[in-house]
Amino acid sequence: MANKFFISCDEATTICDKSQYKEASFFEIIQLKLHFLFCKVCALYSKQNNFLSKLYKSKATNCKKQSICISAKEKEEIKKQLEHLKSELS
Amino acid sequence: MAEQQHILYPDFWVDKHSDYLFNFAIARVNNYDLAKDLVQETFFAGLKSAKNFEGKASERTWLVSILKRKIIDHYRKINSTKGKAEVKMNFYEDGENEGSWIEERVPQSWDNATEKSIENEELKQQLDYCISKLPEKYAMVFTMKTIQDFETEEICKELDITSSNLWVMIHRARTQLRKCMEDNWFKK
Repeated sequence: MANKFFISCDEATTICDKSQYKEASFFEIIQLKLHFLFCKVCALYSKQNNFLSKLYKSKATNCKKQSICISAKEKEEIKKQLEHLKSELS
Repeated sequence: MAEQQHILYPDFWVDKHSDYLFNFAIARVNNYDLAKDLVQETFFAGLKSAKNFEGKASERTWLVSILKRKIIDHYRKINSTKGKAEVKMNFYEDGENEGSWIEERVPQSWDNATEKSIENEELKQQLDYCISKLPEKYAMVFTMKTIQDFETEEICKELDITSSNLWVMIHRARTQLRKCMEDNWFKK
């Protein structure tokens, strides 16, 4: 029974990571909060994790703004190779 | 009403579909050259198996399904022996300390001024560097989940992994990223 509530740092930080995506279950959150009571290191990890999530989110927003394309030159290259393959197949 | 039969026009594949397929690929593998190679392989495979095309799905849907297989093949390749050795552990794996932080990897306090610096360009470059240092499969899963905002279920389906498998990888990626950012940025 005790093991159900008292988890290792590895497990606690896994839940902490999961909760950054709001996908930790209610019971997992309880396990995590309980762990924080006696583990200051994981509590610190959690605080830093929140900061990092914000950083990742800002990167995600930047990434979504740009749609990257293959250059025309590279497209021609692929076309040529496709032609080549086609002549081989027929 | 007769069902619409789709026909393949390989001569127009590159013009019509390469950008779409490329963006599909790069959202998953996070690497320009690799994404380009996968698209190219998709066209090649498509051409070779064009005679098996039944015309039930659209040309693009059919090409995407080939690309998806190419991506999962790539994931399996990086998930094999090579990917496993590179992981840096943050927790003891066995013994009486199992699951506890390894001493030299215990999180350290950061300079509080960093809380304001999220829009800092150098900080962003540092993050890109740290992501590039992750073993490829961790980078792939982390990016799909965190940067591309894929649903857990979707990633599991596309890479054929379980959700607990996914969370272990996210966890390892994030602890490793945290350590890398700490060493290179927050403890200056």
